[in-house]
Amino acid sequence: MIAIIDYGAGNIFSVKNALDYLGLESRLVSDKESIKAADAVILPGVGAFPAAMEMLEKSGLIDTIKEEAAKKPFLGICLGMQLIFSKGYEFGETDGLGLISGSVVKMEEPELIIPHMGWNKLEKLNDCPLLEGIGDNEYVYFVHSYKAECADANIAAYSEYGGRVPALVWDGKNVYGAQFHPEKSGETGLKILRSFGKLI
Amino acid sequence: MLAKRIIPCLDVRNGKVVKGVNFEGIRDVGDPVECAEEYNKQGADEIVFYDITASFEGRGVFLDVVRETAKKVFVPLTVGGGIKTVDDIRETLRAGADKVSVNSQAVKNPQLIKDGADIFGSQCICVGIDAKKIADHKWTVYINGGRVDMGLDLIDWVHQIEALGAGEICLNSIDADGTKEGFDIDMLKAVCDNCSIPVIASGGAGKIDDFAEVFAKTGATAALAASLFHFRELTVQQVKEYCRSKGVIVR
Repeated sequence: MIAIIDYGAGNIFSVKNALDYLGLESRLVSDKESIKAADAVILPGVGAFPAAMEMLEKSGLIDTIKEEAAKKPFLGICLGMQLIFSKGYEFGETDGLGLISGSVVKMEEPELIIPHMGWNKLEKLNDCPLLEGIGDNEYVYFVHSYKAECADANIAAYSEYGGRVPALVWDGKNVYGAQFHPEKSGETGLKILRSFGKLI
Repeated sequence: MLAKRIIPCLDVRNGKVVKGVNFEGIRDVGDPVECAEEYNKQGADEIVFYDITASFEGRGVFLDVVRETAKKVFVPLTVGGGIKTVDDIRETLRAGADKVSVNSQAVKNPQLIKDGADIFGSQCICVGIDAKKIADHKWTVYINGGRVDMGLDLIDWVHQIEALGAGEICLNSIDADGTKEGFDIDMLKAVCDNCSIPVIASGGAGKIDDFAEVFAKTGATAALAASLFHFRELTVQQVKEYCRSKGVIVR
């Protein structure tokens, strides 16, 4: 069972719909026990970094997430991906979950239309189990205004938008993050979620 | 590089697509869920449902359509029509929409844009604008399906929308809409040059070259069409292949 953490941020039903479609058993959860009992965990989310961390804090899930992410496949999506880094700089500095070292900063190259909204190509940088079966000309759907800054070693794939935007990150163990929405990225996104399901 | 988006729009009344679609292999040409699945197969980058239902009962049926589509089609869904309050936005997003499109109500109550963006994030608030030319390089904003002139300057409204936190603009030209003579290039250029959020071009698409033209001549990041795709004069796939052959980056 994949636990989709429901902490009041974003369109979690889309993630559930995609997993249902793939035949991957999942549940929307908001308690520690369910996260501990799950075979894998997805942290979704849209909205602002500090508000999301505050909601996680209030729900008392931060320590559980950190412990469980060390033991089982963990995927952060969009804002959920940004939260896995050490620090966020949306409306001031906020501590993230720190599962991968790096920070999340505003995209503000001049002349760039923000948010980065739409389909962009995945450029593969490092091998990653979630890139299995993904070709060289596949697009995924992004909607965001902040991006991660982290070591190249943690970037499995990036997209070009006013420079490199980390798209899929991996700590080399259990922790994955997708800046794009795999649940809204057509066949390519479904392949990535299917690969995540295979990690169980 | 970010790809230009091709977006088919489906007008829905009482849970049925208005203007029957003649897709091969579709059992019910009026079934919006099947139409959305077909557009998805053709490579649509996003799908827009526009609710033109007037009744309360119709609204419930419409949200069921959104709910069913979200279980089968895994590209972004934008839902417009009849959204008047923050609760309407919440209900629509919970049914599976990724974005809502607000139009007349945003003009009447601009605070709706700000409240929606603050609560749900800018990324899910698209503001639809119907505008009409009144003089050279001057347009005004209309509401209620293009029937009522609000005497509001288009560019002023665009600045307001952006400041209120909208994530995207869908710009429909009343002059071009239905003519099939191409998108309103002058108006789109004026809007794209005056904002830094994505702009969807709407109204006027009649032939395949219109899509390549709007991307070549304006900063629009997406182009939307309804009847052209409804009546299968063109498929999304044909449009994308043509755009690609003209050097436009598409998925």
